[in-house]
Amino acid sequence: MAEINELIVSEPPPLADRAGVGAKQTPPPTRVRGYWRSVGFRLRHDPATLAFAAIVLLIVLAALLAPALAPFDPYKESIIGRLKPFGWRGHLLGTDELGRDMLSRLLYGGRVSLLMGVLPVLIATLIGGLLGVVAGFLGGRTNTAIMRMMDVFYAFPSVLLAVAIAGAMGGGMANGMLALSLVFIPPMCRVAETATTQVRALDFIEAARASGAGTLTIIRYHVLGNVLGPVLIYASSLVSVSVLLASGLSFLGLGVRPPVPDWGLMLSTLRQSIYVVPYVCALPGAAIFVTSICFNLVSDGLRSAMDVRM
Amino acid sequence: MDPLAPAPRDRGGPGGPLLIACDLKKHFPVRSSGGKSVQAVDGISFSVREGETLGIVGESGCGKSTLARLLLHLIVPDAGELVFDGTTVRDDITVGALRRQVQIVFQDSYSSLNPRMPIRDTVAFGPFVQGKPKGEARRIARDTLARVGLDPDLFGPRYPHELSGGQKQRVNIARALATGPRMVILDEPVSALDKSIEAQVLNLLRALKRQLNLTYVFISHDLNVVRYLSDRVLVMYLGRVVELGRVEAIYTRPAHPYTRALLASQPSMNPVRRIEEPPITGDPPNPIAPPAGCRFHTRCPFAEPVCMTVDPPLPPWLGPQSHIAACHLSDRLPRRISHE
Repeated sequence: MAEINELIVSEPPPLADRAGVGAKQTPPPTRVRGYWRSVGFRLRHDPATLAFAAIVLLIVLAALLAPALAPFDPYKESIIGRLKPFGWRGHLLGTDELGRDMLSRLLYGGRVSLLMGVLPVLIATLIGGLLGVVAGFLGGRTNTAIMRMMDVFYAFPSVLLAVAIAGAMGGGMANGMLALSLVFIPPMCRVAETATTQVRALDFIEAARASGAGTLTIIRYHVLGNVLGPVLIYASSLVSVSVLLASGLSFLGLGVRPPVPDWGLMLSTLRQSIYVVPYVCALPGAAIFVTSICFNLVSDGLRSAMDVRM
Repeated sequence: MDPLAPAPRDRGGPGGPLLIACDLKKHFPVRSSGGKSVQAVDGISFSVREGETLGIVGESGCGKSTLARLLLHLIVPDAGELVFDGTTVRDDITVGALRRQVQIVFQDSYSSLNPRMPIRDTVAFGPFVQGKPKGEARRIARDTLARVGLDPDLFGPRYPHELSGGQKQRVNIARALATGPRMVILDEPVSALDKSIEAQVLNLLRALKRQLNLTYVFISHDLNVVRYLSDRVLVMYLGRVVELGRVEAIYTRPAHPYTRALLASQPSMNPVRRIEEPPITGDPPNPIAPPAGCRFHTRCPFAEPVCMTVDPPLPPWLGPQSHIAACHLSDRLPRRISHE
């Protein structure tokens, strides 16, 4: 022990001589990169995710530009042109049971379906995320109150819940979206709460309190940045679920009302004609499938890009 | 004179101690034990003079870190009061005012830095929330980073995961110093570092103390480190002070059997002095139900019947040369320890 003491206890040499104070430490020449930049870097080097993101972008663009791209009026019916195959008289993707152009209806339907996929997730992210951060950061009774309330919603399967809420409020697009938002708030809240609880236990929160920062300042500067990652990943994975659920609601007649084009609704009305023009009838289903799987894969890519161990 | 607990209104101020902790208590309730609680800190009193370094040692779980947090009101004490520079915290000055003058450096340099925040923002955060404009806070951050030996241009834009353990701990020290405190509580600041880095950080702490006229409360379980840095040492056992005295006195003439056991349990570099049997065995008793009488009697090799029934009080602190121990037998124990 005496030996150790001599090693350490001896009066330190002039401080500037040591690596301790005067000498500047030269770090290895690595590139300085923030978290979000390193996420961007990883994403740029992930060709599969980039490809799926491109498809998503294409679908979104096609839906946005539907008025310019659609070759026909999506509402124009034709008695003689019903259930025609691909390419019939300029109808590239055929016609539906009322003789309306499928391509135009798919493009316009994408607008509704994507809106119903994205907007409820956005609403749920805002409300659920906020509730989760508050519950996680304040802890104690606030946490119990909020999280037990969320648990009530967990008692029902999400599809059933969406159908029940939409059914109770009556159909229509707005009610459908409201139902979906309500369904997504509890899981979103739970994700945000878990992330916040983890962050709250770390010393830098306590250090911020020791610096004299109040709760709101700490949440704004120290909690949100750390919770945003998991919440974003979860939100992106919810979009595909939302597209599917929205289509499901429309299929059941609880979402969009005819004649507004929507993929779920189109699938529902065309399914009786599956033996007449099978390929045409499969189109809305294919659109839902491709959109939802692409969102899902992009979300997976995002997850692995954001999963930086620091 | 350095009175430990004089009359309530007659203490501190110019020439007096910078910080007085008076009978601090913190019990954490344990839900499953039916109203019982962990007595993490159970009536601790001490004072820290301006400019000194008070070392606090003890085993893990003895309440050192709880005490550190109590001193900053990061945990609100159940009882007792804190007097900073002659003013009673919460009565005369607010907790916010206390935190402008006292800062803390945590043990875990990894979790005490926000992983999503560049170093310069982390250091500038303290001055910023204490009301400095953003530009001013950034300038302070640059100065402080340079002071702890990190080039602000190189390290300022970096994120914690791009730094080594020693560099992170320097950033933590810079973060604590950025608000211009008079007193810094160091909660095991070097325990997680390599020995070589540890020496660098300790030297840095010494230099900073001299340059900035700081007062330190240095908490550690490493007796060598405490000896190197401290002027006085306080030994804790199970939420209580068992011994308090000047560093030479504690290390050469420990008065409490627990301090003796701690000193004897240090691994020796000298093979002749290596011991086979640990000088102290077993774990500390359950802090939910501490033993009656002296809390150390269950592990004490010298325990006598009186130790099992009567709780030995800590004698009052009488002056700078005092050396006090809460032990019935401290007069009768051989004073010098052999291996010194």
